[in-house]
Order: sequence, then C-alpha cells, then structure tokens
Amino acid sequence: MTKLHDRVSTILLTTALYIVAAMYLFPILWLLLSSLKPGSDLFSFPLNFFPENPTLENYSYSWETMEFIKYFVNTLFVAIVTTVLTVIASATCGYALAKYNYKWLGVFFICILATTMLPTEVIMNPTFSVILNLGLYDSLAGLIIPSINTATGIFMFRQYFMSVPDDLLEAARMDGGNEGVIFFKLMLPIAKPVIITLAIFSFQWRWNDYIWPLIVLSDPDKYTVQIALRSIVGADNIDWVLLLSSSIISLVPMILIFIVFQRYIMDTGSTSGLKG
Amino acid sequence: MRKANQKWAFLFIFINLALFLLFFAWPAAFGVYYSFTDYNGNVSSFVGLANYIELFQDTSFYKSLWRTFLYTLLGVPFIVITSLFISVLLVSKHTKGKNVAKVIFFLPWLVSPIVVGVLWRWMFGESFGFINYVIQLIGGDPVPWSSDGTFAFLVVLFATAWMHVAFNMLLFIGALIAIPKTLYEAAEVDGGTGWQKFWYITLPSIRPTMFLVVLLAVFNLMKEFPMVQALTNGGPGTDTTFLVQYIYETGFNQMRVGYASAASMVLFVLLLVFSLLQFKFTKGGKVND
Repeated sequence: MTKLHDRVSTILLTTALYIVAAMYLFPILWLLLSSLKPGSDLFSFPLNFFPENPTLENYSYSWETMEFIKYFVNTLFVAIVTTVLTVIASATCGYALAKYNYKWLGVFFICILATTMLPTEVIMNPTFSVILNLGLYDSLAGLIIPSINTATGIFMFRQYFMSVPDDLLEAARMDGGNEGVIFFKLMLPIAKPVIITLAIFSFQWRWNDYIWPLIVLSDPDKYTVQIALRSIVGADNIDWVLLLSSSIISLVPMILIFIVFQRYIMDTGSTSGLKG
Repeated sequence: MRKANQKWAFLFIFINLALFLLFFAWPAAFGVYYSFTDYNGNVSSFVGLANYIELFQDTSFYKSLWRTFLYTLLGVPFIVITSLFISVLLVSKHTKGKNVAKVIFFLPWLVSPIVVGVLWRWMFGESFGFINYVIQLIGGDPVPWSSDGTFAFLVVLFATAWMHVAFNMLLFIGALIAIPKTLYEAAEVDGGTGWQKFWYITLPSIRPTMFLVVLLAVFNLMKEFPMVQALTNGGPGTDTTFLVQYIYETGFNQMRVGYASAASMVLFVLLLVFSLLQFKFTKGGKVND
C-alpha cells in the first residue's frame, strides 16, 4: 500500500516538477528557436515551433550590423578589471571588519550596510553629477571604479573570516609576521571558495549591468553589450531579426561561465545567502 | 602593536572607504541638496520645499508610486511562493531528474534584465507572439498584452517571477536541506499528513531564510527598471512606469534634476522604513543565525 502510494507520489511530483521546468525553459528556448528562423518566417502565421529551414543568417546579419567585438571587448574589460579589484577590496575590507575590533570599524560597517538601502538606481542624477565632477564621464573607468564597492562582497568575506579561529591569527602574529603578510600569505588563500563565488557574482553583475553604463557612457564606441541591446529594443520600430540573434549572442559568455563554474554557483545558496 | 594594527585595519578598508565617500555619501548629499533646488543641469536656485509640495500634488508621481507598491505587493508573494514550491519539489524524495531541473530553473540568473524584457516581449507580442498564437489556435481571441495596461502589468509580473526565482531557489534549498530529518520522522510516527508536515515543520524551520528572501525581493522590486524598460518601456502610456523609471525620465529626459531628486528621497525613505521594519521583526536583523 505505502509502496504504491510512493510510486503515485513520485509520478505526480516529478510531472509537476517538469511542467514547471518546461515553463521556465520555454522563453529561452523560444528565443533560440526563433533566432534560427529566416526573418520572413518570424511573423507569418501559422507559427512553427521548430524552424523549418534553420539558418544562421540572422547571426551573420547581427554580427555585421552590430559591432559586437567592440562591445564584447569593452564589457569583458570592465567585467574582468572590476572583478579583480572587487575581490581584493572586499577581501581586505571584510577581513578588517571580522578580525579587528575598533569602534570606527563598527561605524564603517553600518555605513556599508546603508549602501544597500540607497542603491545607485535611486540616486542616478546626483551620481551623474559626481561622475561629471570626477572627470569619469564617458569612460570605462567610470564604470569600473564605482562598481568596486559592494556590500554583498564585503559581507561574504566578513562572514567567512569570522568563522576562521582567532588562534590561527594569534599564532601567526607570534611568528612575527606583520598584518599585511599574514593576510596575503595566510588568510587570503584559505578564503578561496569565497573568492571564486564573489568573482562569479561580480562578473555576472558587470556583464548584465545596465544602470552604470546608462549613466556613464554616451560614445557608441564605448558601449557595453547591454547598452547596445537597449539601443535595438528602444527603437521605435524594433528590428526583431536583429534583436533575437543579438540577445542570444549576448548570453554566450554567461553560459560558458556557468558551464565551467556550475558547481561553485549552485553551492552558493547554502553558504553565502546573499545576492547583488 | 595595537596602534600598528589599527593602521593596518585602516589600510584594509581604505579602498572601500574612499569609494563609499565618493560614490555614496557624496551623491547622497547632492541628492538631498538638489531636492531643495530647481537644478536643471545648468543653473540651480534654492526653492525650499517647492519640489516636495509639487510632488505630492502630482498625479503622475502618485500613479507610479502606487504602481510600484502594487508591483511589490503582488510580485513578492509570487516570487516567494514560486521559488519555495520549486525548492520543495527539488528536495522531495519523490522527484526524479533533479539536477537537470535545477539547472533549468537557474538559467534565468544568467540572463540580463534587458534580455529578460526582450524574451517576454517576444513571447507576448500581440500580433506575432507565441502566446496569442496558441490562444487563437484553441479558439480564443488574441489578448491585448501590450496595449492594455492590466495585461501589460500581468506580463511584467510573470517576467519578474521568472527572473527572480533562480537565486531564491538556491537559498530555500539550502534551508530545506538543513532541517533535521528526525522532525519529519517524528511527525510520521504521529500520523501527520504531508501538508501538516509542511505547515508545522518546514515553514517554521525556514523562517530566517524566508525573511531574507522577502527582504531581497522587496528591494529588487522597488528599484526595478531595466527589465520593464525593455519589456514595455513603461507603457502602454505610463501603465507600467515604476518609480525608478519615473525618476530617470524626469531627471535625465526632462532634465528636472531637482524634482527627480525629491522623488528619489521619497523612494529612499520608503526603503529605509521597510528596512527598519524588517530589522525590528527579525530582532536585530540576525537573519542568518
């Protein structure tokens, strides 16, 4: 009886799981399949689910129309440089907040928490003024420098270093290393899981970021991928042939990262408990 | 020794401190100042509370404020319930093929907000979208997904639930796995049903994670902008224009920086109030313990 009951449950729940999963997969699948159809088939009813004559012509069209290499280089440059700097800054800052006990550090930690309450989206205009004043307008540095600061990254490292026993630190101090050496030689290497997780997050935030490039950039030569996509979707008459294939192209780097680092990404929920 | 350490501590936080002052404290101060002026990008003069007074009489502001509330009010439960439902299925001993399903649910995390907007716009196109095609195929009339405000709002909600589930699912799975099995075994001995087990064991056990998910979801929805801009561009009319887009359009397109800054301050106060409430309910924000 219970065995039969178990089997019925298994069939029902697995079916439910895969119906929902199909609903989640569908939007991406439909975009992908549509992007493989010749432009003339996109709007002619009846729609075919699978392309009758799959073609890559949309991709060569968007590769020729959009200067993707330029946008990819810009975005990769911003994403990689920011990620390296974010990891270093967040690691040192999180370490200081976890292992030193000064009143001003506590105050600073509250300041960092406050940044989550007033995200850049909310103060776009004043931020734009600051960017202008600092001479960062229309430069990739203007995308990189402000994005180095992330409460999530600092928080992740702080949590991690708090779990590292103080004895380890005391022992290293006995051996006479100065604080900088202890941090870079001893503490940073043991924080490798957090480094990898934050690096993946940071890359995703920067690759998919829209707000900062929107505020900072104006020269099309400096466009990032998202801003370039926005220029297609914001047009009065959307060129869907161009938009569908361009959107798929923009996903490629993130898909690659996911394939390589899947294990680290999927484990984050249970360990870090935060998102950007 | 202690003094030397203090120097090191300062050195360690220096980058973040400098960035905090430059890109948070400074713009925040500018924002407060602008909100009391009629700054338009060139000249500014002090106008006192005029912006705030005008703001609270401006129906287009009220409308976008109310829509943002409604969006958060409907979107947050939608996100929470969907992610929890998926997570429960993914940790259930009764489901097969979990790993593949988990990857599928996680895919939206890789997709940028702009592309999320594109995906849903393409699917829900009125004359060319797949959804209306299927509706017509089974004999229905095409639904005005983009020309009717209510339907457009509905599509925005779908897209929201789609894009925000991935990460919350990971959080919930982490919490669900951590619940001791013995609790369920004890309930089974006492003859508890599946629903009772969920209600009396699962839900109370994941409360801290639930708070975290709600907090993050509220913040993300209150500041939603890129996805909606790509999906509906705030339309039809202004029916899906939320607060951040309203601020962007008044501040950058119409160059009414002072006025937009006043709206920013209102949004900031709302986020602050919500954080404090959350802080109070979680007894000091110790959601991770």
